[in-house]
Order: sequence, then structure tokens, then C-alpha cells
Amino acid sequence: MSNPLPAKERMKIPRQHMPEQEPEFRRANFEEVNLGLDATLAKQEALRCLQCTSQHCFIGCPVGVKVREFIDLIVEGDYLGAAAKIREDNVLPAVTGRVCPQEEQCEGRCVLTKKGEAVAVGYLERFVADYERTHGKVGLPPRAPATGRKVAIIGSGPAGLSAAGDLVQKGHEVVVMEALHEIGGVLIYGIPEFRLPKDIVRQEVDTMRQMGVEFRTNVVVGKTVTVDELLSEEGYDAVFVATGAGLPIFLNIPGENLCGVYSANEFLTRVNLMKANRDDHDQPVFDCRGKDVVVIGGGNTAMDAVRTSLRVGARNAAIVYRRSEQEMPARVEEVKHAREEGVDFKMLTAPLEFLDDGKGWLQGVRCQTMELGEPDASGRRRPVPIAGSEHVVPASMAIIAVGNGGNPLVQATTPDLKTTRKGYIEADPNSLRTSKKGVFAGGDIVTGGATVILAMGAGRQAAKSIHEYLETGAW
Amino acid sequence: MYKILEAKFLAPQVKLLRLEAPAIARRRKAGQFVILRVHETGERIPLTIADSDKESGSITIIVQGVGKTTRLLNEKEAGDSILDVVGPLGMASEVEHFGTAVVIGGGLGTAIAYPTAKALKEAGNHVIVIIGGRSKEFVLLENEMKEFADEVYVTTDDGSYAEKGFVTDRLKGLIEGGRDINYVLAIGPIPMMNAVAGVTKPYGIKTVVSLNPVMVDGTGMCGGCRVLVNGESKFACVDGPEFDAHQVDFRLLSTRNTMYRAAEQSALAEFEQDHDDHECRLMKQADAQQSQPAQA
Ligand SMILES: Cc1cc2nc3c(=O)[nH]c(=O)nc-3n(C[C@H](O)[C@H](O)[C@H](O)COP(=O)(O)OP(=O)(O)OC[C@H]3O[C@@H](n4cnc5c(N)ncnc54)[C@H](O)[C@@H]3O)c2cc1C
Ligand SMILES: Cc1cc2nc3c(=O)[nH]c(=O)nc-3n(C[C@H](O)[C@H](O)[C@H](O)COP(=O)(O)OP(=O)(O)OC[C@H]3O[C@@H](n4cnc5c(N)ncnc54)[C@H](O)[C@@H]3O)c2cc1C
Ligand code: SF4
Ligand code: SF4
Ligand code: FES
Repeated sequence: MSNPLPAKERMKIPRQHMPEQEPEFRRANFEEVNLGLDATLAKQEALRCLQCTSQHCFIGCPVGVKVREFIDLIVEGDYLGAAAKIREDNVLPAVTGRVCPQEEQCEGRCVLTKKGEAVAVGYLERFVADYERTHGKVGLPPRAPATGRKVAIIGSGPAGLSAAGDLVQKGHEVVVMEALHEIGGVLIYGIPEFRLPKDIVRQEVDTMRQMGVEFRTNVVVGKTVTVDELLSEEGYDAVFVATGAGLPIFLNIPGENLCGVYSANEFLTRVNLMKANRDDHDQPVFDCRGKDVVVIGGGNTAMDAVRTSLRVGARNAAIVYRRSEQEMPARVEEVKHAREEGVDFKMLTAPLEFLDDGKGWLQGVRCQTMELGEPDASGRRRPVPIAGSEHVVPASMAIIAVGNGGNPLVQATTPDLKTTRKGYIEADPNSLRTSKKGVFAGGDIVTGGATVILAMGAGRQAAKSIHEYLETGAW
Repeated sequence: MYKILEAKFLAPQVKLLRLEAPAIARRRKAGQFVILRVHETGERIPLTIADSDKESGSITIIVQGVGKTTRLLNEKEAGDSILDVVGPLGMASEVEHFGTAVVIGGGLGTAIAYPTAKALKEAGNHVIVIIGGRSKEFVLLENEMKEFADEVYVTTDDGSYAEKGFVTDRLKGLIEGGRDINYVLAIGPIPMMNAVAGVTKPYGIKTVVSLNPVMVDGTGMCGGCRVLVNGESKFACVDGPEFDAHQVDFRLLSTRNTMYRAAEQSALAEFEQDHDDHECRLMKQADAQQSQPAQA
């Protein structure tokens, strides 16, 4: 252990603040909000770690990043070593350092939370990953001799990408097929630039390309080619289905089809993937400059949609959420940032109807106020409407961000692939094998909408299991 | 990149493009479409696959230049390329042996209906085609339809060619004349499809229309293409684009299709301006070359 300070001294150091763009300024641009720690701040933060033997942080991380060890390497000043240490368990540290819900995972378990604030594991992870990106000689990992085996990966989100990276290192031929024209899944079309610069994703993809992964865009499996064809005519030995949870859920309330009402997927895709906000790009998006916007939901998607609407010019942007702030599933930092940027939070408010201006365009959302009643099946207190509390929130644009289901295109054309009642693919939790020989599935298409790190973990687990299958042929 | 193998105008601003896209050509069925993006800053737009050829691995699209992107496509020539083409998307047309099938195409709708009309004939139907156009030059694919259809009728709004009137007049004529019609497919402008639905409904004739909402991904991911059918939201890109005409909310569809009107109009105006500038420059260059004395 390299930390020279006694525990008592370490605990006196306050948690370092992430330098950020000022709220008034950033709400009008798409540059990253968090600017990143510099080496001095990172070192200072790393010194706070008690290097405890219990390693709760490690247990809290879904993929078991060796947090204590990589922080120790930061203290030593060996940033590339720290990056390599993280990469043993996590292939997308520049992404997860930015988007993991750390407060529920590594940081949530850190012993320091008992007395004060957790070590900023996420900030440190981001720091070393960024350091590696800008300073490292990003050497490619060694690739095993070619095995002559071919694996098709369907979907290029974190699950598909991480599986591809691991399998290509084992010497297999790997082809990733993606429905959209760009690689990255939600990391590209969903999470906005101001939280996750797309260059980071592109750089990861380029590295994989150099490692030998083949990427095919504009391929919709189930339409352009089926899983059965991949396994027969196309000569693949295994298929990994990582198609995510990309089916938008609507509210089924009146007025949902008015002009100006969007799913978050559509709004975010138009802006993130298609750059609809930029004059030099052709895809249009509702022009909300100087207008009022309402976003329905309380997760990361809702926060991304509401903050994006501000950046494309909304005058007022409000979150309408039917429970209270404690129940909001969004990352704590996103809620804080949204609030600083001037987002209006209408908690305990449920939408009843989208109101027509008489010409088919949205003019407001009729809502009712809720109070919290008894806990429901999810353990969260159930919102109950307050009689006589109906009111109208004016809005020219509304964005629905209440969750996504599994896209059925692959399942519908692969009859022997078992699905759950909700339409997700059934896969063994350890081997990620599906009901169909040679076909594996993981990420959001199995779990339902979850997190980047869980999807990444599933991708690596699948790679391991697929490799075993390819070696032994046993199912 | 998807290479253009053939390009030719069929009517003013209506261009046929044959593209190299073997994976799409291999699986595509009548009624399906592609989504394409012409270049890096372009938008994604849906276009029906009018025809395909497995041998040469090509698909044919027929594009009407109504806005910036389609006008840009109108300028493409054989040898040029298109950046992204994805498909085949959507459900294939329901092609069965119905008996007597009437296929109605209004304007560009004729091109969209063409592959299904052909498939209906192949399935053993007696196929009657009614082609409508604003005027003579907008009557599309008459000869191509005549190659296989049992009967082909043409109407023009202004009477500049064939029968003066609307496609619905001809359809009514057939029904009232006692023809036993088992199936109607109508594709064209929304008011036309709505009118056809109105004509066949009292007779209980199964009628299908192909809807053209605004689309983005074409895979069911965004929900932007939702249409109301029998009071239920459907995603036209995966559940359609063909639906039961008697259950479609046409008014909602036409309202939703105006969502980007302002942006579309300014994009087109800008495009035309650039285009004119470009032509002006070429003219000037040509003039300059002519007036300049040849240099030794
Ligand atoms: C707006 C938004 C914000 C989020 N914020 C966070 C956050 O801050 N932190 C966090 O941890 N998680 C966040 N999440 C969740 C996280 O992004 C997902 O859990 C994760 O991306 C799932 O990864 P995946 O690989 O399973 O699927 P995805 O990332 O969804 O990728 C699936 C890919 O498969 C493609 N595909 C689908 N069907 C087909 C087909 N038939 N053929 C070919 N390709 C197909 C899709 O186009 C897509 O590119 C957010 C999600 C959204 C939508
Ligand atoms: C499933 C499907 C199949 C289609 N097949 C064909 C085809 O084979 N050939 C073809 O030329 N067009 C087809 N279309 C329509 C085509 O997609 C639009 O014409 C195109 O998106 C317009 O783009 P633009 O940028 O050129 O014009 P824009 O600037 O977007 O629009 C210009 C004008 O066209 C109208 N318009 C916009 N979008 C549509 C639309 N989706 N449908 C009809 N009118 C629209 C606008 O209201 C406006 O008046 C199809 C549409 C769908 C949904
Ligand atoms: S991957 Fe996420 S949970 Fe794990 S250590 Fe990194 S930031 Fe924490
Ligand atoms: S629990 Fe906290 S203090 Fe302990 S090793 Fe992990 S990060 Fe360091
Ligand atoms: S175009 Fe996005 S769901 Fe149909």
C-alpha cells in the first residue's frame, strides 16, 4: 500500500468536487457538463481511500472492479497501471466512470459513507480512463491464434461491444450487426453528448475494429437476415442476442398522438443520432425554442430528455413524476444537474390527458396531484390521486419517458427462442444460454432496461460461455 | 455505401433508382420498404421497394421529389452512391387468392402499389388496376401494369389523358356496374385513400391502404410512426405499413404528417436556392468560357 497518510488524516480530506461547466452557460450547449478531475484533484481524492480489507466498494460493483487496488495505483501515480487494473474487469471505464449509478453501487457501499461522503470512485475511474485515452499508447491486447469459429453478435450496445471485444481476443471471428447506421446502442442514440461524448464511444469501437471485430451497420436481424439463417447458410457457430430494450412504452391516455408528443427514444434519437438541432443536418425535430416542455418520468432517460430540451431552446422544462423525489430512479448527479440548470420538478403529479389546441397540436397536459399511500409490490409507496387536484400544465412539447420494453423483431422470427411474459428473452443466468442451441442472450433484452455496467457484465459473461461452447461443442 | 446501378426519370421529378443491395434483394417481399440516408448530414427517409432482382443483387426504388431529400435523390445518377440503406422493413403485403382484386394507385402511390399488384396476379387473382394522376404526365407505370394486369383503367383530375375524374369514380363505376370485387388495395395521397375507404365500406369489401407516416429508425424503437387503427396505436414501420382502410384514423395521420412542415419548407427553399445558384454559376462559367479569347 502506498498511501503515506494515517487513516485519521485521510478522513479529514473532504471529497473533491468535480469541476463543472456553470449551469447558466452549459444549459445552452452540448459540451460535457463534468470537466473531469486533474491529476492533483485525483491524487487528493485517492488519498481519502482507507484501503480497507472488507472492500465493500468491490462488492458493490456489479462487475467486481478492484477499486481498492486501482485507487492505490493512483496514489502511486501509476495511472496507466490503474487503468489496466480496471480493464481486467471493465472494458468501458471511460463510459461507466461517467454513467454508473455509483451512489447505489461502488460508492454506495464505501465505508466512508458511514461517517461522511464516499470516495469518488466514479470520478477516479473516469480520470484514469481519460488519462489512458489521451496519454496511453493504447496497445492492443494480444489476440489468440485464429480458431476458425464465427460468432454473430446482434446489437452494438455495451453488451454486444464487450462480448465482441472478449471473443475476438480468444481468436474467434466476430461480426457485430447493428440496425442503425452507427455503432454503440443507447450510448450513441440515447445518452446525450453532454453526459457522454460520442468520441469516447467511437474510440472504443475503433479499438475493437483494430482488434479485428467486424461491424456491419444497417442490418436488422429478423428482417435483413434471421437467426436461423445466421446459424445455417451464413455459417456462424454461435449467436449472441444483445438487442437491448428499445421499445418505447406509451401511457395510453387521451391525446397521446397529438403533434408535439414524443417518446423519449424518438426525441433523443433525433437530437443525438441525427443531430436535428444542428442547422447543417437535415433531420427535423419539433422547434421548442421559447416554448414550454413537459417530460413525463423520473429515470435517467427523463433527465436526459428534459436537459436536452433546454439545450435546444425550451423556455421552461418540467419533469412530471407521479411519485416523490426519493423514488426517482435517475442517478443522483443527473437530478442535481437538472435542478441547477433550471428544470422544474413537479413531483407527485400524474398526467391524465394531453390537450389539443383545436388543430391537432399539443397545448398542455392535464395532471392530477398524488400523495403516497401504502407500499406496493415494488416496495415503493403507491401514489394515490388527491380528489379535486386536477390542473393543467401548459406545454407545446411533451416527452414520454416511462420505460421501454423488449423489441420483438428477433424473437418474432426465431420461433424456438423462449421469451418471458413481458417479451424479454429467457436466458440461463450463468451461461446466458437461451432455449435455442448456439444462441445466447444478455443485457437489457434479458433483464429489461437496466444499466450500462450490467449490460457490459452480461456481454463478458456471454463471451466466456460462448467460448466454452465453441471449445467443447457441448450444449 | 450502396451503389446506384441505374437511374432514370419516369415522370417530372419522379425518378427510378436501381441500387446494389444484395442482402435486401434476397429477402424482400412485396409491400416492404427501405430507410435510407443519402449522406452524412442527411435525414433518414422511408421508400418502398418497387422491385428487386436476386440475381444482380439489386433493388429498385421510385422517388418523387417533394422535399429536400427526395429532390437530392432525383439528382443522383448511375455510378453515384447512397450512404445508408436498411431493410427490407415492415410487413409484407397480404397476398392471397382473393378472387377479383382492385389495385388503386394515386400519383406516386402507383409505384408503391406496383409490386403488390404483380404479386396478387401471381397468386392467381383477377387483377384490375386503376391509376390516377393529376394530369397526363403524372400517370405512372401504365405500361408496366398492363404487362400483367387483367384490366387497367386510368383517370386524370384534369382530363388531360384517359378518363377525366378521380380513381374513386372508376371504382364506383365498377362496383355499381355489378362487378364482384373481393379485395381493394389503395395507395396514394391520404384524401384519396380515405375516399376509397368511404366507397368500399358500405359494400363490406375488404380494403387495405398503405400508410406513410413520418419515420426515423423503422424498427419499432422510436414510436414516431404511430397511427391509430381501430382506436389502437400501431407502429406503421413494424405493424404495417398496410392496414385495414375501414379502421384507419386518416385525419390523425394527415395532421401528424404536418409536424415538420415549416422545417421542410425552409429546407426545400434553401435547397432550391443553392440549386439555382449552382446552375447560375455553371451558366456564368459557360458564358465566361465562351466570351474569353482562347489563350495560347
Ligand atoms: C436515455 C437513456 C439514458 C440512460 N442513462 C443511463 C445511465 O446514466 N447509466 C446507466 O448505467 N444506464 C443508463 N441507461 C441504460 C443503459 O443505457 C442500458 O441499460 C444499456 O445501454 C443496455 O445495453 P444493451 O447492450 O443491452 O442494449 P442497447 O444499448 O439498447 O443496444 C442494443 C442495440 O441493438 C440494436 N438492435 C436492436 N434490435 C436489433 C436487431 N433486430 N438487429 C440488429 N440490431 C438491433 C439497437 O439498435 C441497439 O443499437 C440509459 C438508457 C437510456 C435510454
Ligand atoms: C412506408 C413508406 C413508404 C414510402 N414509399 C415511398 C416511395 O416509394 N417513393 C416516394 O417518393 N415516397 C415514399 N414515401 C414517402 C417519402 O418517405 C417522403 O416523401 C419523404 O420522406 C419526403 O422527404 P423529403 O425530405 O424529400 O421531403 P419533406 O421535406 O420531408 O416533405 C416534403 C413534403 O412531403 C410531405 N411528406 C413528408 N413526409 C411524408 C411522408 N412520409 N409521406 C408523404 N408525404 C410526406 C410533407 O408534408 C411535405 O409536404 C414513403 C413513406 C413511407 C412511410
Ligand atoms: S464500474 Fe461502475 S460500479 Fe463498478 S467501480 Fe466503476 S463506477 Fe463503480
Ligand atoms: S470501501 Fe471506500 S474507503 Fe474502503 S477501499 Fe473501498 S473505496 Fe476505499
Ligand atoms: S419509425 Fe421509429 S418506431 Fe416506426
